[in-house]
Amino acid sequence: MAEVNTGGGGGHGAKKGQPKKMNLRVDFTPMVDMNMLLLTFFMFCTSLSKPQIMDLVLPVKDDQIINEDEKNKVKDSKAITLLLGKDDKVYYYFGKIDNSKYQDYTSVQEADYSPDGLRAILLERNATAVNRMVELKRRKLRKEINEEEFKEQSSKIKDDPEGQVVVIKPTDESTYRNLVDVLDEMQICSIGKYAIIEMSEGDDFLLQNYLTKGVYASEREIPR
Amino acid sequence: MGKIKTKKRDTFIDMTAMSDVTVLLLTFFMLTANFIPLEPVQVITPASVMETKVPDYNVITVLIEPTGKIFLNFDRPNDKRAILEKMGARYSISFSEREIANFMEPTTFVGVSIAQMKEFLALDMEDQKSYFRQSNGVPADSANNQLATWIQTAKAVNKDLAVSIKADQSTPYPLVRAVTSTLQDIKENRFSLITTLRNMPEGF
Repeated sequence: MAEVNTGGGGGHGAKKGQPKKMNLRVDFTPMVDMNMLLLTFFMFCTSLSKPQIMDLVLPVKDDQIINEDEKNKVKDSKAITLLLGKDDKVYYYFGKIDNSKYQDYTSVQEADYSPDGLRAILLERNATAVNRMVELKRRKLRKEINEEEFKEQSSKIKDDPEGQVVVIKPTDESTYRNLVDVLDEMQICSIGKYAIIEMSEGDDFLLQNYLTKGVYASEREIPR
Repeated sequence: MGKIKTKKRDTFIDMTAMSDVTVLLLTFFMLTANFIPLEPVQVITPASVMETKVPDYNVITVLIEPTGKIFLNFDRPNDKRAILEKMGARYSISFSEREIANFMEPTTFVGVSIAQMKEFLALDMEDQKSYFRQSNGVPADSANNQLATWIQTAKAVNKDLAVSIKADQSTPYPLVRAVTSTLQDIKENRFSLITTLRNMPEGF
């Protein structure tokens, strides 16, 4: 292998003193072998794509009180609260908690993280924004608007005061994956206003009441 | 019988072109690829449609494994040195030059409480791995929140550092909340979650 072929053809011992004819053809096969080996190594040991990041802004803890006030300003009809439960189930209710919700366990509904579950609900609730967003993306694809205009307009759509507001409340039984899935749905459904908030006593009551189909409420006092 | 004269054919295939191609591919891979960083625990991050990439530098990685152990890493060796020295001063532990050099290795994570740090850094890489297995990670409970101290110290050293959380997808939420609420406590309420890419569903 890797020989330099010397003495080509019938040039052997033609005349003494005459320089030998050299065939300078190098066999590259081992070189290719080695390169392939290195290539395989690089392909297995490196990652071409970097992982993605999802930016998240949580409220500062002292601001929690202000946040409660802000929450009340949100139109009830435009708010949806998601309770992330165990076994990849998500429970949701619209508007804010009131007495009738406590009494009626059907005010809470159940969904899952599949496209037909949570996404379908959010898409329906946020249809106008989604449609505008799809239209915007199409225009960007046709190069009618550039990147900056796209960013500006998409943030305008997401900041729409009439837009859907989602309150995410993960229970202790939910997993990190559930949380990321829900945040992902916010992205897919073009929801600009969402917050991750801890479960309140009322939420817990509603969830328990739903899971026991109303038995929980009949046995306990309704929280204020 | 007439002899069938077969032409002597040279079976020598010229591999030069092939070699060219492989070298080209190799160069491409070497230049574009980034090595999968060696982490003390393997975590499977959840997928999302976000397309923002992890920044190239100034990242504090907070690794959360399914049982809730927390590991920390900073990406710049010089920062790491300064952070360790500051942490040492704060907890009145002095680290030797060798221990600092060991800490500056990019694969060395903070995965033990600060009291065990000196003992941990004296070990070589293989022993560090087994040390991690029996450690409880960086303490992040309210009584002794060293995670907060580490991040605050890091921020004091280099204010451009951004926190990114890399947690396993099966991590129960309360364990993630322990980290996020720590971050909220020290007013680091802007951070990022590391995810893998998933394609945007059709029509959006």
